[in-house]
Amino acid sequence: MSDPRVSEARGALAHHFDDLEQQHDAATLGMWVFLVTEIMFFGGLFLGYTVYRWKYPHIFADASRHLDTTIGAVNTAVLLASSLTMALAVHAAQTSRRRALVGLLLATMLLGSVFLGVKAYEYRDKYVHHLVPGVDFVYEPGARPQLQIFFLFYFFMTGMHALHMVIGIGLLGVIAALAWRGRYGADYYNPVEVTGLYWHFVDIVWIFLFPLLYLIGAHL
Amino acid sequence: MSGHIVSPKLYYGIFAALLVLTAATTGAARFDLGPMNVVIALAIAGCKALLVALFFMHVRYSKPLVWVAAASGLLWLAIMLALTLTDYYSREWFPAPRGW
Amino acid sequence: MSTAVTETPAPPLESREHYLNVHYGVKSWLLTTDHKRIALLYLVTITLFFFVGGAFAVLMRLELMTPRGDLVQAETYNKLFTMHGLIMVFFFLIPSIPAVLGNFLVPMMIGARDLAFPKLNLLSWYIFVAGGTLALVSAISGGVDTGWTFYTPYSSTYSNTHVIVMGLGVFIAGFSSILTGLNFIVTIHTMRAPGLTWFRLPLFIWSTYATSLIIILGTPVLAITIVLLALERLLRVGIFDPALGGDPILFQHMFWFYSHPAVYIMILPGMGVISELVTAFSRKRVFGYSFVAFASLAIAVLGFLVWGHHMFVSSQSVYAGLVFSVLSFMVAIPSAVKVFNWTATLYRGSISYQTPMLYAFGFIGLFTLGGLTGLFLASLAIDVHVTDTYFVVAHFHYIMVGGMVMAYLGGIHYWWPKISGRMYPEVWARFSALVIFAGFNLTFFPQFILGYLGMPRRYWAYPEEFQVLNVMSTAGASILGLGYLIPMIYLVWSMRYGRPAPDNPWRATGLEWTTPSPPPTENFDAPPIVTEEAYTYSKEEPELV
Repeated sequence: MSDPRVSEARGALAHHFDDLEQQHDAATLGMWVFLVTEIMFFGGLFLGYTVYRWKYPHIFADASRHLDTTIGAVNTAVLLASSLTMALAVHAAQTSRRRALVGLLLATMLLGSVFLGVKAYEYRDKYVHHLVPGVDFVYEPGARPQLQIFFLFYFFMTGMHALHMVIGIGLLGVIAALAWRGRYGADYYNPVEVTGLYWHFVDIVWIFLFPLLYLIGAHL
Repeated sequence: MSGHIVSPKLYYGIFAALLVLTAATTGAARFDLGPMNVVIALAIAGCKALLVALFFMHVRYSKPLVWVAAASGLLWLAIMLALTLTDYYSREWFPAPRGW
Repeated sequence: MSTAVTETPAPPLESREHYLNVHYGVKSWLLTTDHKRIALLYLVTITLFFFVGGAFAVLMRLELMTPRGDLVQAETYNKLFTMHGLIMVFFFLIPSIPAVLGNFLVPMMIGARDLAFPKLNLLSWYIFVAGGTLALVSAISGGVDTGWTFYTPYSSTYSNTHVIVMGLGVFIAGFSSILTGLNFIVTIHTMRAPGLTWFRLPLFIWSTYATSLIIILGTPVLAITIVLLALERLLRVGIFDPALGGDPILFQHMFWFYSHPAVYIMILPGMGVISELVTAFSRKRVFGYSFVAFASLAIAVLGFLVWGHHMFVSSQSVYAGLVFSVLSFMVAIPSAVKVFNWTATLYRGSISYQTPMLYAFGFIGLFTLGGLTGLFLASLAIDVHVTDTYFVVAHFHYIMVGGMVMAYLGGIHYWWPKISGRMYPEVWARFSALVIFAGFNLTFFPQFILGYLGMPRRYWAYPEEFQVLNVMSTAGASILGLGYLIPMIYLVWSMRYGRPAPDNPWRATGLEWTTPSPPPTENFDAPPIVTEEAYTYSKEEPELV
């Protein structure tokens, strides 16, 4: 079982908490409250998207066909895999397997980077086809002005998501470095868990972005 | 310190389910089901999100307070969407009278 | 240790170690993680912003003494009211009670040594300073002229002022607010002392908790709205752009989704303070404790359902307007419940008229007036006539200044002995409370009449017949300003020369009063164990002199 002297030696218990359990509960609740703010933050974008898709359904469907569904689906699978490795990393921390923990954290970072690389490729493709609003947007013949609104949402939503992934990869790097130094084990793994919550949340946002951006009008 | 340890087998199982659902939603999009397209897409996305939340994020094994926090976030998003849409949805109901 | 009330003699301040003298030097303040020191950092910062926001108000009221626009140009006047609103709302009112009194008192009231995340608390202050600095940079560079509400398409496309810098400042300050709210929620859930169940908590904690819920759920929407506005300005194309089929009213929906609950962020902590003051100075438990507690939560929830009442004449659908109007009437109910309960607490209480109580009385009267006029505004038919007039301006100033600022001052005075270890001079304090009350009413009551008669807000010139009322308002403003200056002087004076305060000068209940004045860094030697309800005043208590 966990040896309190080990966790004390790790300097794990902050002075203002009574015990590790209180600290653990506080940190976990804190991350969940933060995720609630993130739901509302992204929620604003989803609100705008919903209003305009409701107003201009055919133009949105038209616009969505400019996105490559296969690439989107594969990228979704990559991100889901990174959530798997993240969950397994938490398990490794809970069972005090240091090497597995570091390896799985690095795998998560790698999969996240692959996702971002694919997105960069997609963005470049849009740039080449003059579909980046405010940068080089050119309407195709017969296209309606609202087309740009779709692409504004495409770039804002996936861009904001990508920003969160970059931050997440950074956090994972810090956690991986600390894990390598033996900081986490069965008696103290909360930071790994809490980073995992953040990572899974970012994954959930993408789970909604994929069908809403890529899969409208795919049947035509 | 308390903490539920979930078996890796369950994680692999959930991951497999997530991949199947991703394939399903991509496949379903290829058929023209009218208004049901978006319903199905959101339902599948909702299932995937639920699986990630319950099992990867351990909500299934967490205190009720965590459930309440997660549910509140979703509820508030729903409130924001629903009330805003009452405006857009009902704007056409009442065209401006002639002479305005 | 129970929450029994005792009066202990005051040990000499200098001989005892407490949070103020435990470390000296600028670094010990700028790198502190002690929630009490962070509260004082906020106190200094928001007072600064109060002066800046007040300066803009002074210029506005000077211009409005004469019917013609003759002091400043019209464009400048637009900047004055915009900057006054932005600074006062985002950099004074929203942080005020939570960041100062909340930070200081929440751990103490629940028997904890600090908040759940002390370093995050310090970061929160630095983020606030960063946001405020950007706001000041924007002000010095020429300010913003869009109104504090940043309506599109003027703010996104046509305004030539420093919208993005200011928007960034507000965005950053929003994160400070979010982190504070997060800290409070986690602390209140996980760090209460043994025996301190939810229904034994002081009502200030309930109000702070409800406020924090609003902060967490609302502020992120403001954040994303500002980002979208800034992007539209930068890219010269955006989702609110009518040329693309975008809807400027969507901006208003998103903006008010936060900004209406924001007004409850501003008033709920004040209500929490008033609950504490009313019970302490009538030496009687709060009437209907659980009603007041649930009313705080009800205000938080219902407050999210009414934002469309700011948009009745915006081209929002009339049917949506109906829904928002009904909900706006409902949100008044929990506030009224609180006013009834405070009044019932006073009934047959042993009332004393110390300064904090004078502010509490002022709050109850002025908040009620302001709240009732809110009902006028919730009514669609009346709102069509008085929207965007001085009626609205008077309404929200009655609540925010007559209500919130008075609650803030009442709270500062009430807990001043605990914060500083000194008593403030009671005679000067009562005098300035009365000056503030008189000045406030002279400033803002005429504005109700002006608005009802049709004087629009945000106008730099007005018809001759409105001049008398405007002059009264400006005269009142100068009295109000004087009233605010006096406490700033004597509170600073008292830190050096005030009478040393006992642990519990008001003989009030509450865990914060069981600690020395000022408290040691860790607040409590041992975690207190709570066995009683809050506000256990008995009828045999001798009156406070």
